[in-house]
Amino acid sequence: MAVDAQATDTHPDAEADADVIVTDDLTKIFEGRGGRVRAVEHLSLRVRRGEIFGLLGPNGAGKTTTVGMLTTRVIPTRGRALVGGIDVVARPATAKQVIGVVPQTNTLDRSLDVAENLYFHGRYFGMGAREAHDRVRGLLEQFRLADRATAGVDELSGGMAQRLMVARAIMHDPDVLFLDEPTSGLDPQSRLALWDVIGELHRRGQTIVLTTHYMEEADQLCERVAIIDHGRLLALDTPEALKKSIGADTEVRIHASGDLEALARELEQVPGVDSARVVDGTVYAYLRAGGATLPEIITHADRKGFALQDVGVKETTLETVFIDLTGRELRE
Amino acid sequence: MSNAGITAVKPAHASSRSAFAALLLRDLAVLRKEVWMFLGRTVMQPLLLIFVFAYVFPKIGEAIGGAAGAARFSTLLVGGVIASSMIFQGVQAVALPLVQDFGYTREIEDRVLAPMPVWAVALEKVASGAIQAVIAALVVFVLATFIPATPVHLSIHWFYLVTILPLSAMMSAALGLTIGTRVEPRQVPLIFSLLVLPMTFLGAVYYPWQGLTPLPWLKWSVLVNPLIYLSEGMRLSLTKGVPHMPVAAVYAALVAFTAVFSKLGIDGFKKRVLS
Repeated sequence: MAVDAQATDTHPDAEADADVIVTDDLTKIFEGRGGRVRAVEHLSLRVRRGEIFGLLGPNGAGKTTTVGMLTTRVIPTRGRALVGGIDVVARPATAKQVIGVVPQTNTLDRSLDVAENLYFHGRYFGMGAREAHDRVRGLLEQFRLADRATAGVDELSGGMAQRLMVARAIMHDPDVLFLDEPTSGLDPQSRLALWDVIGELHRRGQTIVLTTHYMEEADQLCERVAIIDHGRLLALDTPEALKKSIGADTEVRIHASGDLEALARELEQVPGVDSARVVDGTVYAYLRAGGATLPEIITHADRKGFALQDVGVKETTLETVFIDLTGRELRE
Repeated sequence: MSNAGITAVKPAHASSRSAFAALLLRDLAVLRKEVWMFLGRTVMQPLLLIFVFAYVFPKIGEAIGGAAGAARFSTLLVGGVIASSMIFQGVQAVALPLVQDFGYTREIEDRVLAPMPVWAVALEKVASGAIQAVIAALVVFVLATFIPATPVHLSIHWFYLVTILPLSAMMSAALGLTIGTRVEPRQVPLIFSLLVLPMTFLGAVYYPWQGLTPLPWLKWSVLVNPLIYLSEGMRLSLTKGVPHMPVAAVYAALVAFTAVFSKLGIDGFKKRVLS
């Protein structure tokens, strides 16, 4: 039982300087009684130092499996992944030194109090007692948990527990902080508070990879977003570029009775309508900037004999991009 | 916080060593918090056993082996009770926390992410369980020596004691790791009734293994019970004149069981935390 195959204290890969995460053809296939599940396929991406990188996709898209592979807990079936220049498959014990993880569920140590959760985490990562104590004090202040230092972790609210998990994950100053669905299950207020925390970490230079199925979260927080579905990377760019890529800047949602497919086809005839399609009983029409206007669409539909029940207009979002790529909505 | 450059990475063996030590420190800190619970579950069973068999029975004239046998029984009970307490503690100290660790909350996650190989995280559980088993042995040793109504004649063989005690503790904790990782978390408590209890009753706790000679089928079939070697080993270390199995058999079996349980436990642990 060897520790890691190779142990050095310098990073072997020059590419680590610019890209803190590199994956090549990363693939995970689960073989179970229910058959083969291709959780992640041929994922090749790079995350730059200091950026907030989002993995956006519906539940079951392969986001958590991807994070699992990058954080040594899921063994890839194929492909390669480097974090901080360290191969996570060949040298997991070394790679774990540069990784901080906030998992999806509350994995705080129930046998320890709030401060001890941070303190022992620091010790696991080789901090001395004094250094760990000092760092705990600073983090408890920073994360507004100082008055809860000796509380049991079961006494914390959802938002506090999540903040403590983030504090724990950065206790050892990792190269990359992974946040797996960090705000799911939080109330709106706690969600905004956590967005602030994440933004602040980013300003301090922390590289962050977060997974989410909330498109607002990806849009608001992330500098670049990878859209993933069925284990495959569908698109990767800044939120602005992704939204621009669909060639429209306004989305019109129409609830109507009758043949919706026919309505969509009709709407596509209106000058300035980029495209129209039916998704889950709603007609979506995408309008180019300075093109068709809402009254023109309504008039056209009316003239063709369609009874519109409800019409909504908004700017295109990452959700629009997802629908454009997959023909499905992002929400589960 | 400094993220301008890449964090200085330590060699894996160095980070693994300090992480292992820190995990032990964490377990001892938890043990210190729960010291009364630990003593409660350590002391109760042996205390009652020794009180009833080695104090009440001789006093009310129901002593096993008659009046003359009472002293001998109290003496051989010391090794047996220490052995059964160790296995109980070792299994409990490792298997029960794993129920929580692998359960809904997945608390083990943070420790699995410590900069060390996963097998070392599992082995740390064995080390920490072994420490608790040794503490249990010391506590029970005091009880078993001072409570009996008849004098206890101990004769400590130091070499056997300092080798067999830690080996037995490791074996008990490794068994705990096997149970904790191979049995569904919800069913672990059931294992105590179905496995640990029969092991204790048929583990040469109340009689030396040689004493089973009139029942050859039992004498040979109980050899699959790892507790046999622990009990025999403890009596070997603490008493003189009580018949016991060959010393080499005790050592060989303890080493073999420790190795097998560690392997099963580590593999089971990996299966639980890696996919």
